[in-house]
Formats: sequence, C-alpha cells, structure tokens
Amino acid sequence: MSNNFLYQYILGIADNSLVLGQRLGELCGHGPNLETDIACTNISLDLLGQARSYFQYAAQLKGGDTKEDDIAFLRTEREYVNVLLVEQPNTDFAYTIGRQFLFDAFHLLFLQELQHSHDITISAIAKKAIKEVSYHYRFSSDWVKRLGDGTEESRLKMQNAINDLWTYTDELFHQTEADKAMIVEGIGVDTAKLKEAYYHALTEILKEATLDIPESKWFQKGGKNGVHTEHMGYLLNDLQYMQRTYPNLEW
Amino acid sequence: MTAEKVYIAEQLIPILEKVSDPEIPVLSILEMGVVRSALIENDNVKVQITPTYSGCPAMDVIGDDIISALNRAGYQAKVELVLTPAWTTDWITEKGRRALEDYGIAAPLGAEADKEALLGHKKIVKCTNCGSRNTRLVSQFGSTACKALFQCIDCQEPFDYFKCLK
Repeated sequence: MSNNFLYQYILGIADNSLVLGQRLGELCGHGPNLETDIACTNISLDLLGQARSYFQYAAQLKGGDTKEDDIAFLRTEREYVNVLLVEQPNTDFAYTIGRQFLFDAFHLLFLQELQHSHDITISAIAKKAIKEVSYHYRFSSDWVKRLGDGTEESRLKMQNAINDLWTYTDELFHQTEADKAMIVEGIGVDTAKLKEAYYHALTEILKEATLDIPESKWFQKGGKNGVHTEHMGYLLNDLQYMQRTYPNLEW
Repeated sequence: MTAEKVYIAEQLIPILEKVSDPEIPVLSILEMGVVRSALIENDNVKVQITPTYSGCPAMDVIGDDIISALNRAGYQAKVELVLTPAWTTDWITEKGRRALEDYGIAAPLGAEADKEALLGHKKIVKCTNCGSRNTRLVSQFGSTACKALFQCIDCQEPFDYFKCLK
C-alpha cells in the first residue's frame, strides 16, 4: 500500500513537469521571437528531463515490464494527476509567462524541501532539478516585470493572464491521500507550509511589475484527482499520438 | 576547484579522453567532469556518468560513444547514469575551461557574478573574440540549456556563455 502511495506521489510531481514541458514544447518554432522561443523550449527540455527521471523511478517501483514511456504516454486522461495550472493553453505570450511564473515560484519552494526527502532517488532528482528551476524562475519573473512594467498594452495582457490563471494557484497546495501518506513518511513535502511563502513571493514580483494582486478568493481544483479542464484532452492527443500510432516506438 | 573525488582507472583515461561531448566537440567528457567513475573488473568496464542538465539530449550519445570506444579497445562496457552528486560547472577542468574559451564559449563565472551577468546588472562576461568585457546579454537561454547568448558591444561578435551551475 505504501509503495502504491509512493508511486502515486511520484506521478503527481512528474505529471506537472511532463504537461508543462509539453505546453512549452508547443512553442518550438512558434515563440514570439527567437530568444524567447529558445528559452521556452530549453525550459521544456529541463522539465521533460526531470519528468523522465521521475518516470524511470516510477517504472522501477511498478516492476514487471513497465517502461517509463508506458507511464508517460499510455495513461488515460483521468489517470494524469497534474495540477490544472500547467495544462492551461498558450493563449498569448503573457499567458505562457504567467503560467510559468505561477508554477516556477511554487516549483522552486517545493524542490527546496523535496531535496531533503528521505527517499534517496527523489532527493537526488530534486537536487538536480533545483538548479535548473532557479533559472526558470528568474526567466519568468523577469518577463512578468518587463511586460507588467512595459507598455499599456503589455501591462493589460499581463494583468489579464495573472487574473485568469490565479484561480488555479490554490490547487498547488491541495493534498491527496498519497501526499498525506508521504508527508508522514518524511518522503513528501508538506505543501501547506509553503503557501505563505508562495503568495509572498508572488506579491513581491507583481508589485515590482506594477501589477495588481488578484483579490478573487474562488479557486479551481480537480487535476490532482484526475479531473481536468477541457484543454487536457487536446494536449494528450498531441502528446500520445506517436505512441498510440506506433506502439512501442523508441528513439 | 571543489571537484568531488572521481575514480577512473588509469589505463582507461587515454580511451575516455577521446570521447567528446557532441554539442561541444572540443571538450572531452573527462574535462567536462561528467564521468564519475570508470572501473575495470576482468575485461568488463563499468562507467558512471552524470548529466549536466536533466534533459541533456547528449547523454544517450555520450553513453553510446563510451561503449563503442571501450569496445574498440577490447573491453566489454556498461554505462550507468547517476544523479548524485549533481553535476556543477566547477567540475569542468582548467584545461576544459581553456578549450571552451578557444572554441568561442565563455567559461562559467562564479555563482554571484553569474547572477549579476545574467540579470544584465554588470558587464563582466569576456568576449571570446576580442577579450572586451563591454558585452551585453542577448538571451538567458542560448543554443543549449547550459548556455546563455551574449554579444560583444565593441567587436559586435555574438557568443555563447556557459552558465554557472552550482
């Protein structure tokens, strides 16, 4: 049972990286300019690399013939347990940056704790990832400031994106059964303890970006229990296409 | 340099020295610091490598290149990917740093200086073409995840900067 919780816990972390990596990967060749295109795809690569490490470990736990690709590509929508935030589409560049910023701020705080996990594999992946995610956070918060404190138009777009995406932030701190079990074992991170620091970090950056802090107290949830927004189906369609069309395809 | 101790059997060094990072061909994997151990048992060699970045697409190629180089030298080889301790730019050797600069990639600065440079606060990254420090950040992410893109204001040459990873 405990092993099953560990498996589910790993998927929770891995799916966030996989799905956000997929979203950013969509911008390959389609970024607003060459530099941001390369940046977004580089971040995507980091996230997919991290996801791979988690999936490899998950496959090992599951045992038998399970391969990392089976877990990454062949689950149904309800079996993905990423937060709703990361599956939101690249509506415009402000949304891409807003989504990244709201996730990076969490991701960094999360990994800073996860590196102390009692599970040595998880701790090793976290220690590796933390270095990469510090760069992601620097990139996304830098752009929030540039767009927020930019032209009237860029400010409006950045504000709209933050307002819309804000509703997905609370879910980052929801705890599933697996989360709770792993906290007890000293393997997982007690995200409730990160909440204050998270909103504090957001507030600081948004202030500097001359943006308003959304006041809405109503939040969306569901992804961590496999209930996703409409966008997820389309995303999975793209993500799974090769494995579904050519089963067992390998690079 | 605070390189962690690595165990590489002496007779394997000349072989591994010839294997390079496919994205930075001037740099051998030993100078890069990605080989964590290489041990011989009978005629079997076990090599442990560590990725520079989690998603580094070069790792598979490096693993294959190591195996074929060792096969050519008459060894059976196995390559294992390890994540701890996590790779840092401090593990790039002095010789490696010089090779990077000669190739046109500015070597990583220390952690604090790196931050200043990547936030565009200070002009400290040296142009690999003319040596001037009058350079500007073009993009925090360059041609690969491990590099940022800079341009020299004096000679106009664009160049890569290898980001500090600690």
